[in-house]
Order: sequence, then structure tokens, then C-alpha cells
Amino acid sequence: MDRRPYIREMPKLWWLGQRRYTVYMIRELSCVFIGAYVLVILVGLFHLSQGPAAYAAFLDALQSPLAIAFHLLALVFALLHTVTWFGLTPKAMPLRLGENTVPGTAIVMAHYVVWIVVSAGLLLAARV
Amino acid sequence: MSEPVFELEVLRYRPEADEDPVFQAYTVPYNEDWVVLDALNHIKDNIDRTLSFRWSCHMAVCGSCGMMINGEPKLSCHAFLRDYYPDKVRVEPLSNFPIERDLVTVADDFMEKLASVKPYVIAKEDRPVNAGEHLQSPAELKTFKQYTMCINCMLCYAACPQISLAPEFVGPAALALAHRYNLDTRDSGREQRQEIAASNEGVWDCTFVGACSQVCPKSVDPAAAIQQTKIASTVDWYKALLSPWGK
Repeated sequence: MDRRPYIREMPKLWWLGQRRYTVYMIRELSCVFIGAYVLVILVGLFHLSQGPAAYAAFLDALQSPLAIAFHLLALVFALLHTVTWFGLTPKAMPLRLGENTVPGTAIVMAHYVVWIVVSAGLLLAARV
Repeated sequence: MSEPVFELEVLRYRPEADEDPVFQAYTVPYNEDWVVLDALNHIKDNIDRTLSFRWSCHMAVCGSCGMMINGEPKLSCHAFLRDYYPDKVRVEPLSNFPIERDLVTVADDFMEKLASVKPYVIAKEDRPVNAGEHLQSPAELKTFKQYTMCINCMLCYAACPQISLAPEFVGPAALALAHRYNLDTRDSGREQRQEIAASNEGVWDCTFVGACSQVCPKSVDPAAAIQQTKIASTVDWYKALLSPWGK
């Protein structure tokens, strides 16, 4: 008898069907906001290189409601990006101490500690 | 009082009769100790002997009875009716595989991908039998033991959207096994495996959805194996770039 294997098409919106796929897609989407925010910083750096007046104009433009809305949105996605990727680090970077594996939670916590210490250091340096 | 019953909707595909797969409803006696595979065997023995599905060991070792149960890839011998009762369950063949008949999928593509990563110990040189055992310490075994638990049940392939989106992707189980043999102290075959594992259709087609590790019935972590292979391959690439004359 002839074989006639049947191939099922993947639905276009497959990632809406299950929570884990939706979360994955949102995590992937978060990189767009990270990229957009990096562009804003680059534009700021460019203005800084053009002198105090240009930089003041850039800072002024950041006060617009649209810029504030973008920054809030970018912050939410940056946090999501950070938290989800920190959560995945034990898979990519397992640590062994002698014969034992360092627990994944310790690796994740270490990332948070470094994040907080570096952020606090930068904030302090900015005040000096 | 009537005996409790359990309802299943099973996706049927009879290539000689069906243009497209269709769901067929079955009602079986409800037994608290039954798994979905028991219900399917009850159907086959007592209700409809034309229903086709694969199974062998009934104890989560052989890896034959993987199916989508309510949309989740599971071993049907590992899915208790009591976890669904009184709701009914939908039983479908594993996603991302062509359907041969009813719940039986075509696994040829997986078999080829599995073979392509040479999932066996490749020794540096032939070792005569009288040289004795190739000793390995418990600590050395520990580095890869979880990956040896893979039973090739293909649930990870059914969970991974990349298998459908990028059909050339070698996939979770095969890449986890490549990693397992690369980590084995008796093995010297990493370079041969890297041809496939470090290629685009190898680890770089993985977008780290992570579903493979979530559905594995043997707690293997293919997502971890793949990310670690990505890092090791990147290190290889930089080494080759910085010292093209030396290996």
C-alpha cells in the first residue's frame, strides 16, 4: 500500500497558543526596545559631542510626553529582558566546584548582586 | 449507580480513506490507575481495533509512546487519567512530525539527524580488549550523566517550534547527545561532531525557547547542552581567529 504521510501546517499564531511560547516571544520582542534605547543613547552621545547647546536641546527633547512614554516602555522591557536572561544563565554557564555543581539559584543571585553593585556604583559616581 | 467513564478524542488519520485527519471520540471505563496508554489499549482491544499507535514498555523507558495530550507532548504511559478526570483528553500524534497513520508519526528525519551527530564513543585509537576497562571516575561521569538518560522519545522535538520553523534544525535530543559524548572522557570525536553541531542547522538554529527541557520526561536538559555548545563553539571560533596557525 502506498504511504501518504500527512504534514500538519504550523498555525501562523502558534506562539499565542501556549503560555511558554508567548513568554518566549515577549522575551524575544524585548530586544527591540533594548536596541531602540541604545540608539537613543548613541544620539545623546552624538549631541554631547556637538557642544553644550546641542546636548541641552537633546535633554529637552527627552522631556516630551512621547519620550517619557517610550522610556517607561523601554524600562519595562529592559527589566523583563534582564530577569528572563538572568534566569537562563545557569543553563548556559553551569559552574562546578570540585565534584559539585553550584546550584543554579546561586548563579542567578550572583548576577543580581553584580547588577545592583554596578548600578549603585554608577549612581554614586554620577553624584560625585 | 453507573460505572464512571472517561472520554477521549483521538486524532485519526487513515491515509487510504481520510483526506485530512479527523477527531474521533471514544468512551472507556474510568480507572484511577490507568494512564492514557491503557485507555488506548482498551479501545484497541475492545472498541476499535483499527486504531494505530506505538508503544512498548509501558514504563517510561522505551520512548515509543510519545503523543500530544491536551496539546502537551507527553509519554502516554506517563499520563494518568486521574490527572484529567472528569475532563476528557485530546490525544494527537506528536507535533512537528508527519503523520503516518493515526497516532503514529514518521520519525525518519529525526533518525537521520540523530545519526548525523555520531552519538557514540569515538576513541582516539582502537583499544585491544586485553587492555582492560577504560576507567572513568564518578566525578567524570557526573559531568554528562543527565544527558545519558535520553530515551529518544522525541517529545522535545514536538515541543520545539524551531523544528517546524527551521526544518533543517538538528534539534534538541541529537544536540544534547552530541554534548554528552563530547563531555565523555573516553571520547575523542568532538571535532567530527562539531561539523554538524556547530553549524547553522546545529546549535545556531536554536533560539532558546527552552520548551525541550520543560517537556523531557527524563529530566534531561537539552536547552542547557545547546547553550553550552554555543559558548564552546564561539570560543573555538575566536581561538581559530586569533591563532590560525595552531590548533
